[in-house]
Amino acid sequence: MSQGNTQSHNAKTTGHVWDGDLEECTNPLPNWWLWAFYFTIIFSITYWVMYPAWPVGKGFTTGTTTITYKNDKGVEKTTHWNTRALLMKDLQDAREKQKPYFDKVAATPYEQIAKDPQLNNFVASAGKVLFSDNCAACHMSGGQGKFAFAPNLVDDDWIYGGTYDKIQATITGGRHGIMPAKGGADLNDGEIESLANYVLSLSGNTMDAAKVQAGNDLFHGKGACFSCHGADGKGNQDIGAANLTDKIWLWTDVKAGGPADKNVAAVKATITSGLNKGVMPNWSDRLSADQIKLLTVYVHDVLGGGSKK
Amino acid sequence: MIDHGKIEKNLGLMLVLVMFAISIGGLIEIVPLFFIKGTIEEARTPEGIRMVRPYSALELRGRDIYIREGCYLCHSQMIRPFRDESMRYGHYSLAAESQYDHPFQWGSKRTGPDLARVGKKYSNEWQVQHLMAPRSMVPESVMPNYPWLMSPLDISDVGDRMAALRITGVPYSVSKVEFDNNVKEFGADVAKQLHIPDAQKNLIEQAKTGNYDGNAADVTEMDAVVAYLQVLGTMVDYSKFDNDSFVKFR
Repeated sequence: MSQGNTQSHNAKTTGHVWDGDLEECTNPLPNWWLWAFYFTIIFSITYWVMYPAWPVGKGFTTGTTTITYKNDKGVEKTTHWNTRALLMKDLQDAREKQKPYFDKVAATPYEQIAKDPQLNNFVASAGKVLFSDNCAACHMSGGQGKFAFAPNLVDDDWIYGGTYDKIQATITGGRHGIMPAKGGADLNDGEIESLANYVLSLSGNTMDAAKVQAGNDLFHGKGACFSCHGADGKGNQDIGAANLTDKIWLWTDVKAGGPADKNVAAVKATITSGLNKGVMPNWSDRLSADQIKLLTVYVHDVLGGGSKK
Repeated sequence: MIDHGKIEKNLGLMLVLVMFAISIGGLIEIVPLFFIKGTIEEARTPEGIRMVRPYSALELRGRDIYIREGCYLCHSQMIRPFRDESMRYGHYSLAAESQYDHPFQWGSKRTGPDLARVGKKYSNEWQVQHLMAPRSMVPESVMPNYPWLMSPLDISDVGDRMAALRITGVPYSVSKVEFDNNVKEFGADVAKQLHIPDAQKNLIEQAKTGNYDGNAADVTEMDAVVAYLQVLGTMVDYSKFDNDSFVKFR
């Protein structure tokens, strides 16, 4: 093996020879490499002086670099460089850049915002980000909602009301849909069947006339359904009681023109078990009043389902 | 001057010296954190009650299932102090918020979103539906389905799990003295949840009253996971602080 090595060299060696002819060279480092190495040493010492670096007892050397920022109370503070103070500064700078827009949104009545092209652009872009991060998980990215989960926000049908004020109240405080099982009344299976027939007849389905009549009596009498859904079955947005006279169903799988027995079974199931879902979280802890106003206008005008009254 | 020939020919000595050399970085960077005041931030109510508390028995089982299913492989629990992260996820994570996590769930990879403040962001129904079939809620999601979480929760060893964490310094209580100390630190309601002898009873009670999985009768793994998810990032009430209150700890 070693016999095959015919290479020769002129470099200095350490004098350490292994296996007869395997030598260890001591070539000097290239100058560019050496100076780059010296530079990294100078850089690190500069860094130690300027930024937090060495632990000392219960503290650490804080460095000479400082950051000055204003907190949310408007108090100006100067502190040694650290990532948390840097974030305060970043947030403050960003707030100042967006301030003219947010101030204008806060000062402008809801109805006027969408009419101002500049503000409308701001709401459309900033609102879309807020909506995607916070609302789309349930209401889907286009606000189209999800059956048996979260209502459609782009149509004209509203459970808790579609005016600016109502939308703002919904986002701020959250919602929780509650319908007691059997409406809280003592109903037997036959009575629930009649009620289901009556409820389906309200939205234009042709149902068994005798059962509809019996259901009508129960709805306005023993069942006391009217106390929430109204005597005309049009619901009550103050308490989130659904309008039963339209063809929009969020929780109950009723298909317009579908087989009557399946529709009746679906409505019966809802009446029997009631509803204790439709929980929308409270967003006031997570979003600022400015952000909620933006989102309100986004839902009302950009998604476009908002109602005037 | 040590003759390096001696080191190279003595494997045991070389092993010791190599271990020493590679631990220098860790010793210098990590050990001082145990001594520097403010590494773990103080977050207390005006009454002096600690805001960050250990997990209840049910939440702890949820955390163990979170680890079992490898959620941490795709989800971090660490909001870094950057503007984009605070806009999307909320207040940056405090060291105090994972002080009772052994191991911590900071993670190093986000295939899914950060979960450090997912608690109370969505309803229980959403969490259940999303764990059963993520794409039914988020069409573009690549998260797997976890339908088996609807199976019954094994609660027999929850006390042992708490006892194991107690060894690492999590203040779950066994004796009356420890219990009383927890009452002082965390308040009476929380202290009851941290008492190991009552772990199973507390777990069942929380699962039934919380009804996290939409089925009040049974205690399922879903109850535990959703209870855990719903508490993440909710312990510190930031409305009680100025937005720069935690700057001073760095």
